[in-house]
Amino acid sequence: MPLDAPQRPRTLVDKIWDDHVVAEDLGAPAVLAVDLHLVHEVTSPQAFTGLRRRGLKVRHPERTVATADHSVPTTPRNLPILDELAAAQVAQLETNCREFGIPLHGVGSPSQGIVHVIGPQLGLTQPGMTIVCGDSHTSTHGAFGALAFGIGTSEVEMVLATQCLLQRRPKTFEVRVDGRLAPGVTAKDVILALLAQIGIAGGTGHVFEYRGEAIDALSMEQRMTICNMSIEGGARAGLIAPDDTTFEYLGGREHAPKGPAWDEAVARWRALPTDVGATFDRSIILDASALEPMVTYGTNPGMGLPISAAVPDPAAQVDPAHRRALEHALAYMDLRPGQTILGQKVDVVFIGSCTNGRISDLRLAAAAMDGRKVAAGVRMLVVPGSDEVKREAEAEGLDDIFRAAGADWREAGCSMCIAMNGDQLSPGQYAVSTSNRNFEGRQGKGGRTFLASPLTAAASAIAGAVADPRTLAGIDTFAAIGGR
Amino acid sequence: MPEPFESFTSRVIPLPAENVDTDQIVPARYLKATDKLGLGEALFHDWRFTESGEPREPRFVLDRPEMAGRQILLAGDNFGCGSSREHAPWALVAWGVRAVITTSCADIFRNNALKNGLLPIIVDPERHAQLFELAAANSAVEISVDLESQLVHLPGDEDLEFDVDPFSKLMLLRGTDELGYLLDQEPAIAAWEGSHEPRVDTRGATVA
Repeated sequence: MPLDAPQRPRTLVDKIWDDHVVAEDLGAPAVLAVDLHLVHEVTSPQAFTGLRRRGLKVRHPERTVATADHSVPTTPRNLPILDELAAAQVAQLETNCREFGIPLHGVGSPSQGIVHVIGPQLGLTQPGMTIVCGDSHTSTHGAFGALAFGIGTSEVEMVLATQCLLQRRPKTFEVRVDGRLAPGVTAKDVILALLAQIGIAGGTGHVFEYRGEAIDALSMEQRMTICNMSIEGGARAGLIAPDDTTFEYLGGREHAPKGPAWDEAVARWRALPTDVGATFDRSIILDASALEPMVTYGTNPGMGLPISAAVPDPAAQVDPAHRRALEHALAYMDLRPGQTILGQKVDVVFIGSCTNGRISDLRLAAAAMDGRKVAAGVRMLVVPGSDEVKREAEAEGLDDIFRAAGADWREAGCSMCIAMNGDQLSPGQYAVSTSNRNFEGRQGKGGRTFLASPLTAAASAIAGAVADPRTLAGIDTFAAIGGR
Repeated sequence: MPEPFESFTSRVIPLPAENVDTDQIVPARYLKATDKLGLGEALFHDWRFTESGEPREPRFVLDRPEMAGRQILLAGDNFGCGSSREHAPWALVAWGVRAVITTSCADIFRNNALKNGLLPIIVDPERHAQLFELAAANSAVEISVDLESQLVHLPGDEDLEFDVDPFSKLMLLRGTDELGYLLDQEPAIAAWEGSHEPRVDTRGATVA
């Protein structure tokens, strides 16, 4: 190409991809360099075993970071891990990190937390990076304009050994969200609305790029909520172009560049957004101002509805496979076609997870709970996404609000999102959960999950049934709460 | 390291449910293991057993006596969605499954499966429906999977072509794994690293 030829307009994903291709043999996938590798206790042990068997080292322990989050109890930290398997898994992570020289933010550390909460919090997550983790919600880090995606344990081993992965270039999928969100409608509702529209396989083979007025107006934490659930649409990654909101969040964080290096980094990051004229393989447009609070009714995150809408009727489904799936889901959930989820009795309310366990989520829920009580017979768990989020919430007195309301204020971890640590539903129980998956048994065998925003969850805890957060007193003022 | 993938013939296990997520394939409580052993038992555990641990009645498809030893799972659309847990293909392989025929697989599941000698075979919805009809009409119907020629042989000399990533195909046929290939890329990786500053140091704050 002649030097003066204009370069083809590129998307954000193209730019990050092109920056990280180490090699590409004919017919083979690209060897893609990984800038940051996040490790947790559940999907890494077999990878370290593989390294030992082959006599390999971790190529870049200083580009790798670990924490324990999935199987750790959220009971006080001075208590031992009672589940022997979980205790052994956490101990194995500690051994592996020590042996291979990987920094560990382990149980008891002030920087422990859900891997997708601590990465951004520590300033490790930065624009333009490639970030991987043996966890499908790695897509969270895309909020910073990083290409971040979940991998399997074999790939964890590859990245540990070579700091690279073999990848085919993904297709791109533009998700444009125009307009402004109404009071009581949050980032969680945006992503649930997208999933309800495109289904849980709608983004397979693609990477989402979220853009538009509504996305630009979101805080970093809200952007993380949206990117987090990209995988629920089948897309391994979902990105948002970095902007001043991104840089304000990052500046001054422990691992963010400092001094002249910061200015250089910002200059580099400002060149990342998708070029004018760049094209996407697919596009969809949502109108934020038309969105309502969303809630799921079924057994996958695409089975969602505006909160006042009626549960669909399987008989109206043309495709027999869809009809069977819907019948099966409604039977599992014990719901009837035509009913609303609004008003459905709940047993448990869970606020937390890598989707909605950050400080702004807790502030919103606390604002809704302030001076009110969790309804009789409802158990409410509030689980901060990290130890730092917990300290911050306690400094603001949010824990007092939750406790006074009758909620359980816990230690940081994945908790009832994946129900590996003892926090779980009993068979048949209904939960309103701010987490990301309503699969059968996800929150405990036989448990039934309604996914919703922290505001909807808090309103439901007070009502003892699924409630519309727009009925909360002072809801018009809540938009000013979030922050960051 | 997986064995070289050879052609095989098997009856099929029909599982028409769509959007089967990896939480169903291996429930999360089985992820506390630090090895890959015993995962066959965890496979579809909560679809196979009641809350009190009794086999469900009617039996889940895997547990019907005639399904024993079958190596082909005929699955619904978007198989393996959700969590990235590689325990899902580990458990399927531990059970003896060597190929999953469906209309689409989730991206992470497909990647994980291919690294464990488990072949996802993607067919169009029409063919997919035909295969289910075939299995419903005759549960003992045998089909053959030939990766080398990318064909599924059906009874009556009918062949069904399928696509597979050429690189993954080569790895499967040789029974080699991608890590070996990546390790051979060391000179390219070293050269790339020589000309690209690390973006972050996880050990401590970046120095000004």
